Amino acid sequence: MSATLVAEAPEQTGTLADRLPGGILGTTSDDTEKAYLVAADSIMDTLTYLRDTEGYDFLSNLTCVDYQGYNGKQRKGISERFDVVYHLYSTKKGGGPVVLHVPVPSNDTVPSATAVFPGANLQEREVYDLYGIKFEGHPNLRRILLWDGFNGHPMRKDWKEAYFDEDTKPFRSRHPKGSYEFHEDKLPWGKNTTYPAGWDPDSWEAPVAYVPVSQAPKHLNEAHLDTESIVVNLGPHHPSTHGVFRMLTRIEGETILALEPEMGYLHRNHEKIGERNTYLMNMPFTDRLDYLNSMSNNWGYALAVEKLTGIEVPERAEYIRVIMAEFTRIVNHTWSIGFILNDLGALQTPALYAIEEREMILDLFEEVSGARLMCNYFRFGGVVRDLPAGWLKKAQYLANDRLPRALDELDKMLSENEILMARGRGVGYLPAEALISLSVSGPMIRAAGVAYDIRKAEPYGVYDRFDFDIPTLPNSDIYDRYYIRLLEARQSVRILQQALRDIPGGETNGAPAYASATLSQGFGTIMGGKGGYNLRPPEGEAYGRVEGPKGELGFYISSDGKPNPWRYHVRSPCYINLNALGPMSVGYKLADAVVILGAIDIVLGEVDR
Amino acid sequence: MFGTGLLKGLGVTLKHTLETFSDDRSKVPDRYRDSIELGNNRRIINQPIDQEGLLTIQYPEEKRQLPEHFRYIPMLIWDTDKNEDRCTACGICAKVCPPQCIWIVRDSDANGKPVTRPAEFYIDAAVCMSCSFCVEFCPFDAIKMNHDYELAVFDRYPQLVYDMEELTVPLEYYAALWPTQYGEEQEKRRKDEEEKKAQEEAKARAAEAKAAAAAAAPAASSGEGKLSKAEELKRKAQERAAAKAAANSDTDSGTSVAAASSGDADADAKKARMEELKRIAQERARQRKAEAGE
Repeated sequence: MSATLVAEAPEQTGTLADRLPGGILGTTSDDTEKAYLVAADSIMDTLTYLRDTEGYDFLSNLTCVDYQGYNGKQRKGISERFDVVYHLYSTKKGGGPVVLHVPVPSNDTVPSATAVFPGANLQEREVYDLYGIKFEGHPNLRRILLWDGFNGHPMRKDWKEAYFDEDTKPFRSRHPKGSYEFHEDKLPWGKNTTYPAGWDPDSWEAPVAYVPVSQAPKHLNEAHLDTESIVVNLGPHHPSTHGVFRMLTRIEGETILALEPEMGYLHRNHEKIGERNTYLMNMPFTDRLDYLNSMSNNWGYALAVEKLTGIEVPERAEYIRVIMAEFTRIVNHTWSIGFILNDLGALQTPALYAIEEREMILDLFEEVSGARLMCNYFRFGGVVRDLPAGWLKKAQYLANDRLPRALDELDKMLSENEILMARGRGVGYLPAEALISLSVSGPMIRAAGVAYDIRKAEPYGVYDRFDFDIPTLPNSDIYDRYYIRLLEARQSVRILQQALRDIPGGETNGAPAYASATLSQGFGTIMGGKGGYNLRPPEGEAYGRVEGPKGELGFYISSDGKPNPWRYHVRSPCYINLNALGPMSVGYKLADAVVILGAIDIVLGEVDR
Repeated sequence: MFGTGLLKGLGVTLKHTLETFSDDRSKVPDRYRDSIELGNNRRIINQPIDQEGLLTIQYPEEKRQLPEHFRYIPMLIWDTDKNEDRCTACGICAKVCPPQCIWIVRDSDANGKPVTRPAEFYIDAAVCMSCSFCVEFCPFDAIKMNHDYELAVFDRYPQLVYDMEELTVPLEYYAALWPTQYGEEQEKRRKDEEEKKAQEEAKARAAEAKAAAAAAAPAASSGEGKLSKAEELKRKAQERAAAKAAANSDTDSGTSVAAASSGDADADAKKARMEELKRIAQERARQRKAEAGE
């Protein structure tokens, strides 16, 4: 991909919209992030053109919006029910996205983007699963998060869940005549399942004919040995899968011929819940995505809503956010290092050493936010409360003294270890171009030599003020994926030292330094409406993304001006990085697949959502 | 040479082992440095941030000292001064609750007219996600976060559905759990009351003057009113910040306010008082549960 990329684009005339080969049908409103409406026929040409000529080589986000019953101005004159939405970024140029909307009537198909961006694979399957939109030419279009016997497509606006209460929160039944029915009482016989028409649960058998595992590749052995390849399920209940996750593998001997991730065991339709919720209510729900990094999840969501609403964040709050996010990154990376080693067979000792400092950091989180994991600390326009007394002193001690020491110790204990090298060097290799086209982000592509980090490519918060590097390693194997996390944790320590030194306190320009815009502007100014708990962003859409510890964490929010988001989508790095699991594992041993998965560093709460 | 990396790593583990061993053999191991001894191996541990050696805590004999902002399940405040519930059944907590686990029945008087008092107030603790939004948005300081986290029971219903009786705690209990925040709130209440008084006096005085100046442009005055309110809020926030800073400079000696207590007798007395209050609240909850079980 990057070979065909024009490194320095020649002087181009006109706007991007004029240059697109298929032309555009129009744009969504101008005041928000501009999106081009593209016809389904010309989407493939458009994507190819954007990738090859304009350098937008990274299909970050692919999702869908159901506009049934939408009353905003934005959809005037558009009769199609669905929009498939693409967000493309450039790993070379950095900067903002190109957003494409492809209007689709219900029961129609869209050409699959997998031919241009193989990374669309899992995302298109998700759209098919949740919205029922078929992608023509997709190599493996089956349900992914739900099972085959699931009736309907739950993200459609007309789909109602089994214990349906009301379309939007707050539910009217709770106040002032608090009546509450227990779901157990509603359906005393526990029969809440419906099946698709003509689908019989008793005669159904789980399909064995998985693609591509079913298409057994040629035997590796030459003709002199009569061997047979077999299908092995790794998981869903297995400690190596870091949760409930299944790797469907076809192996010959110990060698993997094909591997396919199977997921959805922890699926709870986070996005549907998000549409029911008000904007504020989604904040604690984001904690539960990647439950190791609630602070950065909060930030991603807050960023998207702030972009949509145009809320300014006070300086002190920006610094607090950076501090929390970098502490989170260290927590995540030390944890991940520990568990890569766990997967390699170095049971517990490195993991427990690695998470010693995590305890200290979680104590700090608890002191400031009230909880160790589900922090729920960020708010639109700042953070929920200022740092308590003595907090900075402790944080400074950690950043300046204890954390560098701990990272040095980890480095000393592990980096030169011969077993780690033997198991890690050259295992799970995938070239950088392949990783980018598979939409892989975060430490995974930096371990393949791609210096792409959103903190530098499209700085958010106050990251442009700090002096730090993007570490890269050339080999794109297990060992580099382990080591890059150590290097990144060191950079985080560097950022922390600067942020904790420079954080504004006391008074600036005669006003005290605020931790939140709601404090500086008076309560209720940001969260408008009665009582100040309902935010009503203007109509439009926004995509906010942060460099989460696991990769690009994006929140796509579409608003129709009501207190509940019209669409709330999470671009989950764990989920999309799994695109690379199959290609990365083929040809390696079964025992390596465990470590390859470990080095992708997934959390199932975010994979399944 | 092959194996040096391994040996180096093993050196690190050996160092860890020896350090931990020697620390554990010492008279006061590092992790107990700032902890409160309750006797019988029971302790409330306040882990120092620069602690070395063994990090683990022998729960349930040893428990961590919880920071003030720790949140678990909400509780309702019984104002012991006025002898009434602070809750006015306004329902903001129920509206702002993300999993919608609060449900309230507003009380009504003999004529069926609603009054500002809850008749019933339930929180389903099995659904509550401890986000603390109810506390953040309560305009009356009537709902606060409890620190009691040992709530395990055998059945979800009815034990984990807390009614008003189980949820209500005396104001002192809250004051002991959340000392700094309680102090700030009391300060604010006092100020508000004074302001109210002053305003009433000013109003009475201004009433005659206003009658004369009624001809003033109404549009301009409303704009001014808005501005002055914003200013007022700003001033209040500044005052709060100043008060906080003052409080911090008094107590901040390297550790947080809540943590600073450990040694002195005053703090111990406070601690004991808190334990006592907590015990009473728990006792009542237990009684309630036992009744429900019958």
